Amino acid sequence: MTTATGIAFQLLQSVFVVLAAPLLLGWVNQCRAWLQNRSAPSLLLPYYTLAKLFHKDAVIAHDASPLFRLTPYVLFGCMWLAAGIVPVLATDLPFAPAADIIALVGVFALARVFAALAAMDIGTSFGGLGARREMLIGFLAEPAMLMTLFTAAFISGSTQLTTIVETLAHREFAIYPSLAFAAVAFGMVLLAENARIPIDNPATHLELTMLHEALILEYSARHLALIEWAVAIKLFAYLTIGFALFAPWGIAAAGDWGTLPLAVAALALKLALAGAALALVEAVLAKMRLFLAPEFLSTAFLLAVLGMLIHFLVQG
Amino acid sequence: MSGSPLTGSLVALLAWLAIAALSLLPGRDAWFARRLAFPLGALAGLALAAFGLQAAWAPVAQMTLPLGLPDLPFHLRLDGLAGFFLTLLGAVSAGVTLYANGYFRDETSARLTLISLQYHVFLASMALVVLADDAYLFMVAWETMALSSYFLVTTDHRLPAVRSAGFLYLLIAHLGAIAILLSFGVMHGGQGDYTFNALRAAELTPFWATAAFLLAFFGFGAKAGMIPLHAWLPEAHPAAPTPVSALMSGIMLKTAIYGMVRVIYDLIGGVRWEWGLLVLAVGAGTTLFGVLYALMQHDLKRLLAYHSVENIGIILLGLGMSMVFVGFGQTAAGALGLIAALYHTLNHAVFKALLFLGAGSILRLRGLRDLNDMGGLIRTMPNTAFYFLVGALAISALPPLNGFVSEWLTFQTALQAPLLEHGVVRSLLPLFAATLALAGALTAMCFVKVYGIAFLGQVRAPRHPVHAPAAGAGRDCGGAERMGMAWLAAGCAVLGLFPASFLLTLNRICVALLGGGVPESALESSWLWLVPTSAAQASYSPVIFLAVIVAVTWLTFLLVRRFYHGRVRYSHPWDCGYPEQTARMQETADAFGQPIRHVFGPLYLMKRHLPAPDDPAPRYSLRIEDRHWYLLYLPVARLAEFVSAKIGLLQRGRISIYLLYSFLTLIGLLVFVR
Amino acid sequence: MATPFSSQLVNLLAAFLLLLAFAMLSQRRVLTLIKMFAWQGAALAASTLIVAYSTDQKHLYFSAALTLVLKVALIPWALHRLIDRLNVRWDVETLINIPITMLIGIGLAIFAFALATPIAQMAGTLTRSTLGIALASVLLAFLMMIVRRKAVPQVIGFLAMENGLFFAATSATYGMPLVVELGVALDVLVGTFIFGIFFFHIREQFDSLDIRHMEKLKED
Repeated sequence: MTTATGIAFQLLQSVFVVLAAPLLLGWVNQCRAWLQNRSAPSLLLPYYTLAKLFHKDAVIAHDASPLFRLTPYVLFGCMWLAAGIVPVLATDLPFAPAADIIALVGVFALARVFAALAAMDIGTSFGGLGARREMLIGFLAEPAMLMTLFTAAFISGSTQLTTIVETLAHREFAIYPSLAFAAVAFGMVLLAENARIPIDNPATHLELTMLHEALILEYSARHLALIEWAVAIKLFAYLTIGFALFAPWGIAAAGDWGTLPLAVAALALKLALAGAALALVEAVLAKMRLFLAPEFLSTAFLLAVLGMLIHFLVQG
Repeated sequence: MSGSPLTGSLVALLAWLAIAALSLLPGRDAWFARRLAFPLGALAGLALAAFGLQAAWAPVAQMTLPLGLPDLPFHLRLDGLAGFFLTLLGAVSAGVTLYANGYFRDETSARLTLISLQYHVFLASMALVVLADDAYLFMVAWETMALSSYFLVTTDHRLPAVRSAGFLYLLIAHLGAIAILLSFGVMHGGQGDYTFNALRAAELTPFWATAAFLLAFFGFGAKAGMIPLHAWLPEAHPAAPTPVSALMSGIMLKTAIYGMVRVIYDLIGGVRWEWGLLVLAVGAGTTLFGVLYALMQHDLKRLLAYHSVENIGIILLGLGMSMVFVGFGQTAAGALGLIAALYHTLNHAVFKALLFLGAGSILRLRGLRDLNDMGGLIRTMPNTAFYFLVGALAISALPPLNGFVSEWLTFQTALQAPLLEHGVVRSLLPLFAATLALAGALTAMCFVKVYGIAFLGQVRAPRHPVHAPAAGAGRDCGGAERMGMAWLAAGCAVLGLFPASFLLTLNRICVALLGGGVPESALESSWLWLVPTSAAQASYSPVIFLAVIVAVTWLTFLLVRRFYHGRVRYSHPWDCGYPEQTARMQETADAFGQPIRHVFGPLYLMKRHLPAPDDPAPRYSLRIEDRHWYLLYLPVARLAEFVSAKIGLLQRGRISIYLLYSFLTLIGLLVFVR
Repeated sequence: MATPFSSQLVNLLAAFLLLLAFAMLSQRRVLTLIKMFAWQGAALAASTLIVAYSTDQKHLYFSAALTLVLKVALIPWALHRLIDRLNVRWDVETLINIPITMLIGIGLAIFAFALATPIAQMAGTLTRSTLGIALASVLLAFLMMIVRRKAVPQVIGFLAMENGLFFAATSATYGMPLVVELGVALDVLVGTFIFGIFFFHIREQFDSLDIRHMEKLKED
């Protein structure tokens, strides 16, 4: 692999993820609408929304500090960075070694802290409420997420996503019960971290029940657009991390232009399936009381730990 | 051989002592203490840091001082480990001392003289603890450190709360000191030679080695603030003047870590994995306890003190993992754990000192310590707000700052678990790592709370100020303070961005201590990359990480500006249809901790007072207390009182009875030695 | 080292069994508990079938069928009828703090794994690595019996324990002789019915199935 093609792949993938992320959101919304027997909105609706928001004038509270105005850009930057690390289309990207899965969790944590700080910046009671709840979900989800990743790391002997994907994709076919556990745990964390049902309802705007929406209540126009876009990229990144760990087939190697179409096709298929599954989960489940979230996420943590124990027992 | 780093460190140490003595110089308005003492002290600190760093790469140097008791001279020794802690002491104290010069500006001359004296003696004694090479000098330095810091804690000795905090501190410090002394006694095994060389050479049976380990762990743990011996920490830190809190939390706790590493790895040797498990269990408990109680605090300095407890726990987790690996003969993984623990020691010193200094600025300029009184400080104290943000992000273990690097290394150590033979231990290590992950995320929550409530939001009307705001309220801190904080904030950034070269130094220390380290080839590959074992296993590059995040953020900003517009309208925040919003309706520190109280309720001892429905003046109050008080400290105190009362019966107040006691003792001794 | 596919399947089912054991530990509703018990039986039957097929042990087919009939169909059906008759269908139990129970459970699982590792190395069977899981399920079921306050969940805990033992027998020694298994199955069945009868008596006596009332029987 020459460095030039490597970097070309890197840039291509980053831009691809950023551009494709709202499409995924549109697809999930469409599926959900179908499942709820509504007529579905356009697949491109998230793009229209973003364009609309970008063209408006931003309205900011008098008391806002520079931190408030910086945060949307930091959030977007963090998610873009994550999109660069995760092997979405290709493994062995030149930038991938700069951050392993633990650093990836760190990126998401960084974004969360900034979002929570910005929410508290104006000093309204809802901002504080949202920040508190977001951090609650965060501290519950992070250990579960790390244990899930640890299970994969133990199986492949590495915390580099590239290496994990290569080990898992090129092994002979075998059933890893530990991975199955980790996959379920990961799915639960994914729901919680991306503010989906049953932890949060992405469609709600009722102040008392919302988590994520309370956090960004004060944002408008381009700032809101950046945050919404970052949310879409985050969902995309989480799903692709899931693919990297549990369904790594069909991914291209960096610099190998020939397998790229196949990789794109495989990714599109996997995303379509995962998006539909996500919509199905959201249609079937109801939103939980906030204080059931600890139970939900401690179950995820438990599953991840069990996966790891079983790995040590069965494969050890 | 008296190597130059050792001589240099000794000179820096003596310089501190000299500054301490010179502070007593009579003069108008204590000009020396006010103008020169602290800047010179900071310079000495910098010099010490430089010598310490040099010592890490130089051969071991030893020296015997013609001081001490006859036949019992003081021995000094400077090896890599000592050099590392000297660097930590020098570099962190330089920032704190610079800050102190501004912080103590408004003190009266008499008080300032005393503070400067005790402050520099305290610094010198910490350096001496690290340099000591015999148990005798070590204990002398250790006690000097405890006493000088006791006097610093009780600077405001007119307040009863401060006096009782100081007493508690002194008491636990001495319990610890006794345990350390006994540990040295066990180690030397009756040869009558208390130099560390002799202790190193002594062969211990497993039983006695374990006894020595337990005593040392308990003794040093009391100083470090591990549970259940942490009780003095949240009392003493808030009582002390802020730069002293920064020194105690940032550096003095670390001398205890130094003591643990020195005694366990170097003097006792033959580390057993069972010891490691004990350290891990205590470390995990300490970590969780510290952060959970920190989340319940609304006094900023107390909150920071509880975070010191938490971070000591994190260091212990690294240390415990290292001991487990070493005990199983996995030297490379053990070295990785030790590196993680030592690096976190350094990192915690830097960011915790920085955070304390930020809290100090708020206290000095605004007279506020209660978070619920603060709000919107970012607008009037932008510099302090910026430095505090750096510290807060660092302690929350967020990339690319330094706290993340050491937690990352600890996780990497835990991921070496498959190397272990023992099935149970192998599955336990990742669970301890999960504790660390939980604690890290909780810390982030806690600092969102601190920063969001103190610096962001709207200004609140103070209800419990410690004192009236300083003259010219509405200002930010002065130049000296700013320089001190900038130095430490730069430390957070540098340690976070360029860890590889520091780790190379730490690896040398591990090689010296364990006889093996992490493969150097991995560490050496580039200053840009952090690769603990092999590039295929794990790597992290903070510089590229930061560069990409800055570049991408900047690019986004430019693109948005280029293609859309930057117009902004200002308006009132969304009030949800209720226009009477006041600053008192903001989130408070206690409200922010509410979900934690809900989730971890059984762990707290809550005393809640709810108003009755027909109460004319309803008040709600909630006090969170430490269970350890009721389960451990009060029973021990009651026992001590009981025993004292019994012994007090001996006191009759009549001379002839006292003479009778002496007489009986004499007879008894004569019978015994017959 | 490639493990044969059948043994991978058994491992998967074992993991499923363990998962169900934990799920039962955290489950509040009686009806779901019964459903989970039935699933556990199904997993057990499937794994026995796989072991029977891959090792060609004829008698294991019988035990698989027996498990299917008894533990997936008969006992759940009986339990369903029981709670309908007793009208405890909507019993939602308040347990002692679920996360703490879970943590104890994880501790037990680690303990069981540690205990099983040396034994598993002695056993030469294909499925030896699942012994730890079987042991863990036994212990977890035991834990469930301890922390439950109502009588029906306790019986389910007892039955789950038997599931774990059965699985241990299959994985360690390819099952017990058929006669023993038949005997055990009969015992379980009879036990269930006796428990059922007892329930009615307990309820008649105390108007509730909360076993705390049994403390009153103690003579002071």
